[in-house]
Amino acid sequence: MKIAITSSGTTLQSGVDPRFGRCPYYIIYDTENDSFEAIENKSSLAGGGAGIQAAQNISDMKAEAVITGNVGPNAFRVLSAASVKIYSGATGSIKDAIEKFKNGEYEETTGPDVGSHFGMGRK
Amino acid sequence: MIISIASGKGGTGKTTIATSLALSLSNVQLLDCDVEEPNCHIFIRPILESRNPVSIPVPGVNQDKCDGCGRCQEVCAYNAIAVVNKEVLIFSELCHGCGSCTYFCPNDAIEEINKKIGIIETGRKNEIQFAHGKLDIGMMMSPPVIRAVRKHINKKKTVIIDAPPGTSCPVITAINGTDFVILVTEPTPFGLNDLSLAVEVVRKLGIPFGVIINRSDLGNKKTDEYCVRENIPILMRIPFSKKIAEIYSRGDPVVKELPEYREKFQGLYKKIKEIKTG
Repeated sequence: MKIAITSSGTTLQSGVDPRFGRCPYYIIYDTENDSFEAIENKSSLAGGGAGIQAAQNISDMKAEAVITGNVGPNAFRVLSAASVKIYSGATGSIKDAIEKFKNGEYEETTGPDVGSHFGMGRK
Repeated sequence: MIISIASGKGGTGKTTIATSLALSLSNVQLLDCDVEEPNCHIFIRPILESRNPVSIPVPGVNQDKCDGCGRCQEVCAYNAIAVVNKEVLIFSELCHGCGSCTYFCPNDAIEEINKKIGIIETGRKNEIQFAHGKLDIGMMMSPPVIRAVRKHINKKKTVIIDAPPGTSCPVITAINGTDFVILVTEPTPFGLNDLSLAVEVVRKLGIPFGVIINRSDLGNKKTDEYCVRENIPILMRIPFSKKIAEIYSRGDPVVKELPEYREKFQGLYKKIKEIKTG
């Protein structure tokens, strides 16, 4: 299965970026063959609706799960409708996050855990 | 003549200038286009005569016709639509009402629904014709409300438009096509930074303009130097005065309590007319 991890960089050593819609990259990791691809997040500088656009892109890439720090209400609505499972609260490196995911250490997130615009530095 | 009052930085005194000018001239119309926080009415206290909603068309999906192709999502420039598993999700608070999704839907499946985003109130106070817009709480799209206020422009009068702060779409919607822009600033580093951004906007729009320096005895001389260097007329200076602050905080018009300011604002209008006629 393909999983998308919000990333601050393009390698497995990069850190998990806590922002779902406004992270700079996504690591698309394929658990079947342990291969990955770094995709630039074109929504990161969107005027509005970054989370919606990012969720759309992840759904279009056929990822079945997302690992991230926080997910807001709009992104959550799109990911849920797309049947993409969400695992939030992740920290550390991409590599660690993938290991934890494989070991079943993450619990599926069942609701948005931050409000709109959280990833823009507002609280 | 339509005079708009803008600033770049917020809190520099746009409303004080707009209301003072309105109360100092005759045959005036005052339009408060700062629809996110209109407050000219506090100082003018108009008797309101009409109240009308402002709506924008947002998409609704006719499920019988929609095949989930995703064209609406592709053409939406504002990320207000997602299409996943053939289901169309609409985020109407992000919709600008541009109509692209309706236009491009190959199945004619989008039916526009009017969504109320604010209201326009009109009225008068003695000789002053008045209108303002109020954006509903939680709405982000102020330009349609600003355009609705501007529909009330009465060209037989001297029209004064109080614009919102900033340098983006709302300000441009408020000042575009007006005959003169007054940029209100304060002589501080923040004031100057935002003034210089506002100057770029007004120059791009090709509107003649001048600067009023409020709280002119505070801060530094950099704003003066900037105006000289850029060949921008300084139309007026208002000193930092406890008296003015007191009058303002009571919600009273400055020109009513300090009549000498009435003459100053009449002089301001004369100066603007002179600049306009060259």
